[in-house]
Amino acid sequence: MRYFLCCITLVLYTAQVHAQQPTGVKAEDTPNDSGGNITVTWDYPKPYEGVEQIKYTIVVGESENGPFHGTKFSAANLQSSDPGTFGYGEETFQKLFARVDEYTDPTDPPKRIAIENGKTYYVQVIAHLPSGESFPSATVSAEAYENFFNRTKTNNFVIGTIFSLIILISIFLAQKRELFIRRIAGLEALDEALGRATEMGKPVLFAHGLTSMGTVSTIAAVNVLSRVANRTAEFNTELRVANNDPVVMAVSQEVVKESYLNAGRPDAYSEDSVFMVATEQFSYAAALDGMMVRDRPATNIMMGYFFAESLLLAETGASIGAIQIAGTDSYTQLPFFITTCDYTLMGEELYAASAYLSREPKLLGSLKGQDIGKAALLIVMILGTLLATLGIQTLTHIFTAY
Amino acid sequence: MSRDHIIFIVFLFIFATINIYLFGSGNLSADWTGFGTFIAAGITLSLYSFLYKDNPLFKFAENLYVGVAAAYTLNQIWYTVLLADVVNPLSELEENLSNLWLIVPTLLGLFMLTQLSSAKFSWLSRIAFAFVVGLGAGLAIPRTIAANVLAQLEPTMQPIAATWVGLDLFIILVGVVTVLVYFFYSVEHTGPVGVASKIGIWFLMISFGASFGYTIMARLSLLIGRVGFLLEDWLVLPLPLF
Repeated sequence: MRYFLCCITLVLYTAQVHAQQPTGVKAEDTPNDSGGNITVTWDYPKPYEGVEQIKYTIVVGESENGPFHGTKFSAANLQSSDPGTFGYGEETFQKLFARVDEYTDPTDPPKRIAIENGKTYYVQVIAHLPSGESFPSATVSAEAYENFFNRTKTNNFVIGTIFSLIILISIFLAQKRELFIRRIAGLEALDEALGRATEMGKPVLFAHGLTSMGTVSTIAAVNVLSRVANRTAEFNTELRVANNDPVVMAVSQEVVKESYLNAGRPDAYSEDSVFMVATEQFSYAAALDGMMVRDRPATNIMMGYFFAESLLLAETGASIGAIQIAGTDSYTQLPFFITTCDYTLMGEELYAASAYLSREPKLLGSLKGQDIGKAALLIVMILGTLLATLGIQTLTHIFTAY
Repeated sequence: MSRDHIIFIVFLFIFATINIYLFGSGNLSADWTGFGTFIAAGITLSLYSFLYKDNPLFKFAENLYVGVAAAYTLNQIWYTVLLADVVNPLSELEENLSNLWLIVPTLLGLFMLTQLSSAKFSWLSRIAFAFVVGLGAGLAIPRTIAANVLAQLEPTMQPIAATWVGLDLFIILVGVVTVLVYFFYSVEHTGPVGVASKIGIWFLMISFGASFGYTIMARLSLLIGRVGFLLEDWLVLPLPLF
């Protein structure tokens, strides 16, 4: 009888140990990264009272039999919290995961050793119960390596490729026939504003935004500047271009010089007309405000990405009675330009400006291609919402940024 | 003497008197901290004087600001970029030959300076500019798709139910669709497209109004901070005054 009771106790104890032991443990290289990281996954424990209080630690060793060293990871999460890696399946709600990129240095404990690429590591997940008991899992192995592709960005790549193709085809078509563009009020007013400066014999001030040459808004602003410079050269009106970035200034100098050359007025171009004001935001604003009240330009054109200085500039421009045309894709500053400027190019209108002004087939085709892209996204959006309402979220998942 | 001159002289007199009193009474300590507060108050008031009209004090503060900003930027670029990323690594080539690759960005940077030279060499700057613009565009495209396309689509394509949340989602969907229609350039905004784009403009203006109010609140808090500095740190008045 005693022997039987001992056996029963041992079986029950073993069953309990197995019940608490992390199961389904797997370790593998973390996908879509630059290496040095291992993802460990294991089953969510079977539901019982206090299951939420189980804490997990992960230990790593360089040999299957140990010794194992502690690691630091943020928290064990359900796989469903990272759909970019684990997808949207039902099983993602039943499995936990954690990422390990370093472990404690056994020779100097506060220090940590980074996981190396191409080296095999042995991993155990240890479950710590509120009672203080700990249950290690079976040992699994993994090797970290660099991934050439980040598969979570596939949708980004596909959309980028399709849109690029649409734009290229549209450019090709634009070279064959003329394409229609609707009227953009702010740009229609550009000639009128430059003409006013000519009549008044006052300069035109073109102020760039604060971002570098790499941003779309600055590139668009430079395109608008090209047209403005062309017109001021034709009208023989003084143009002053204020910059806060040396690279933008150099590009602007080239653009203005070329425009004056194209207009047949290279003699009218002065290098000093495109100048550096200040690299700091508010010193740029203070200096421009001073320039506005002293030089009293008849026309202020502010193009690019602006920050808090937008209202300071536009308000001063309005106070001197200048015609003001602003264009920005900074949605936080658009309200200020709308309230203080005569015309405002909102967001994408700034990008469309260069195509609208130059009527170049390349730019027109690009604009047409963007319209087709927008129409496609609009259809996707309406279709996606309808499908999601019917309980099918596939389209929503395809168009998710990871 | 014009009215502006009188105002200018009176302002300077009052400012000087207040500071003499503050230093004399010990409210402003006669050390660098007190001197810093005095200068900061003077520059703050000089910049605010622009609200009256352009004047020599504002011009002084403006030029000082531009000069200090330029000097600060040069300092930052020298210590954090040129010295840390170029001069020091290149001077340690004997110990670390892999730093040799730094010559490429350094050359590109030097090419930019050829803008300042004659036309014989200035074409070199175009290589550097082409690199900067190309790199910028290359980095911007995937980021733009992620932030401006995908990150907007996913929260819009949600199931719409007959609840308040569903109504929210529906309004967002209508807003996104109509605003997108407004930004169509290859169709005339007449008929149904015109109606949709008008609704889109309403959505834009409502959001701009909200953004305007929100930003003005933030600006007011900046003003309060500055006025607080003048009253509490400079004039040493106990706040709140009332």
